[in-house]
Amino acid sequence: MKSILIKNGHIIDPSQNLDVQGNLLIEDGKIKGLCQATTTADEVIDATGLIVSPGLIDIHVSLCEPGFEEDETIESGTAAALAGGVTSLGCLPNTSPVVDDRSSAEFILLQAARAANCNVFPLGAATKNNEGKELAEIGQLVAGQAVGFTDADHPIENAEIMRCALEYTRMFDRPILNRPQVPELTDKGQMHEGFHSTVLGLKGIPAAAEEIMVNRDIALAELTQGRIHLMCISTQNSVSQIRRAKQAGIQVTADVTPHHLTLTDQMLETYDPNYKVLPPLRSQEHIDALIEGLKDGTIDAICSDHTPHASEKKTDEILGADFGIIGLETLLPVCIQSLIIPGHLSWSELISKLTRGPAKILGLSKGTLLPEADADLTLINPEIQYILEPAHLKSSSQNTPFLGKELQGRAEIVIVSGEVRYRAEN
Amino acid sequence: MNIDHEYRTDISSGWTRKHILGLQDLTKDELNIILNQAAEFKRLAAIGETKLTPLAGTVVANLFFEPSTRTRISFGLAAKRLSADTVDFTASGSSLSKGESFVDTAKTIEAMGVSYVVVRHKTPGAPQLLAQHLNANILNAGDGTHEHPTQALLDIFTIREHFGKIEGLTVTLVGDILHSRVARSNIWGLKKLGAHVIVCGPTTLMPSELSRLDVEVSHNLDDVIDRTDCLNLLRIQFERQRGHFFPSIREYAHLFGMNKQRISKAKDDVLILAPGPINRGVEITPDVADGPHSVILGQVSNGLIIRMACLYLLHLQRTASLGIPG
Ligand SMILES: [Zn+2]
Repeated sequence: MKSILIKNGHIIDPSQNLDVQGNLLIEDGKIKGLCQATTTADEVIDATGLIVSPGLIDIHVSLCEPGFEEDETIESGTAAALAGGVTSLGCLPNTSPVVDDRSSAEFILLQAARAANCNVFPLGAATKNNEGKELAEIGQLVAGQAVGFTDADHPIENAEIMRCALEYTRMFDRPILNRPQVPELTDKGQMHEGFHSTVLGLKGIPAAAEEIMVNRDIALAELTQGRIHLMCISTQNSVSQIRRAKQAGIQVTADVTPHHLTLTDQMLETYDPNYKVLPPLRSQEHIDALIEGLKDGTIDAICSDHTPHASEKKTDEILGADFGIIGLETLLPVCIQSLIIPGHLSWSELISKLTRGPAKILGLSKGTLLPEADADLTLINPEIQYILEPAHLKSSSQNTPFLGKELQGRAEIVIVSGEVRYRAEN
Repeated sequence: MNIDHEYRTDISSGWTRKHILGLQDLTKDELNIILNQAAEFKRLAAIGETKLTPLAGTVVANLFFEPSTRTRISFGLAAKRLSADTVDFTASGSSLSKGESFVDTAKTIEAMGVSYVVVRHKTPGAPQLLAQHLNANILNAGDGTHEHPTQALLDIFTIREHFGKIEGLTVTLVGDILHSRVARSNIWGLKKLGAHVIVCGPTTLMPSELSRLDVEVSHNLDDVIDRTDCLNLLRIQFERQRGHFFPSIREYAHLFGMNKQRISKAKDDVLILAPGPINRGVEITPDVADGPHSVILGQVSNGLIIRMACLYLLHLQRTASLGIPG
């Protein structure tokens, strides 16, 4: 198989504390290692001005296939992932039918192989049909290569079921991913509960709706010695609870989305349904706490929570609109806007949250440029500025509040398994 | 008889706003223009000038996506008093067929030559949405739990009529503030016109961070009643709220109901308002509702002239922006 020499790049690999100007050789789909600029290869990529990073990993993405192909397909979703610099993704089992048995996990892998875009790692349902009542066939799903278990956007409500899920997955050393929200407190809620919900007359979702379940999940992880991963953390109090739990040695990890680091509940003033997400956009003090949590390692990863909706599901009136926005293609620029430009994180720290952090949560042998690792790389242009246009989007859906906004930074070249799979157009 | 030339310049000069979406956006001057215009229509009605012609030849669409007979009748009559033609659209709740959007429906109706759209919708922000997508002037007739500007304006008009002013008065809104669009609009309007506003009700029916709106928050009506010039009793939707936000109707009436004993603690000239159909014996006992302090029926007739004033001002903006001589 062929070799690729990446020349003159700014190579950043947090897994080996690497941050150098240099050249990297890829051979037979694997990383060979740093080399001289004069090394010969079948293909040479000039990476001058680009950051050479391990391929980005996004561990919760909705690909919507099977069942909701009007929103996204595995082919369009993985194309969007590549365009966003994502070489590996974990896809949620919020499909129809739900990925709660081995054959449905294998179907996802088959479709992903056919699309031949990025690597896809199925997440299996924690409970049958994501209903929170009976455990799914977790062992069968592991055999079908599911890498973690979650009921996707359904919080696992019943504490006894959660306890069993955490105990059962210990046998397979797989995490349970939960979206912490107490349903009684989020019922009919549209946005963060606070001053703006009061003025706008929209039913609020209090921060406590998340924090109560974060606390419960931590207690159950401690009880069971299982691995809990808390998805889409959005409040100050959640961050401090997770920080304390980690200090106490409990196996808890957490992620945050770029939009929760950038946008506040005030944005709902326009009643634009593209600001309607779960958990809701919160206030600046919560954002500040999330950024602190990223800095000190309390929050392990940044994920897009890519949630495509066909336009008729993101209707014009806010009460009728579904929750969620797409995020694969804005993952990198929104992180740059909220974390790099204000100086909260270094490039190495950010790349760690987008590569090594998520890989560790799901136990993937990805997110590194060490020799013999899979040659998945993202070459990032950190300076380029552009307005996000609908034509840029490879996703089937366009539900993002960042359309028409000025963004900075993008994936310029994306390599998966030693093969160039994506090049940005001018 | 087209008499609008006589009063237009002195009362309504300074009005440039295309839509009336809520009282949050309006300035003190704009609020006063609406109130003064309404007073003028009231004066004309009193001398028998009930059929005016400024909107002759125009079409007002009443789009009610949420049922409300009283408000719909009031808006329809206001349009007719100004000689507009009206088209009515009523859909129950969210009964639009799947895939047909609210904006598309409104655009279709606008295409029938509509210049003014009165909209009632269960979704907050629905009038703002129409303002972005339609050419018509939009008048909000209540959007979910957000705003209900004409109801608040008629409350404020009624208070001003009674006391001759708003500035310096203490107005207490009693009841379900959380779910009340009328409360929100009243707060914006009354504060801008210089009133002190107290909101009073059970803690469970108060939204977050209410005091950031510069209102006094109370949970004890007896504590505030003697300082109050005007009580505005908001309607409680018992079927929805009982057992969840408060334990029983009896307990609500005990704590927040207006009765003879409680009114005896109030100022001699206290004014009692109640928007919407009242639950007699709950928010207010019949003797008080029909007693000398209550202006509940007066509010209804003031509703008509407030809506006339709003439609008329939108018409002035439209003709000015189109360069049509009035
Ligand atoms: Zn997340």
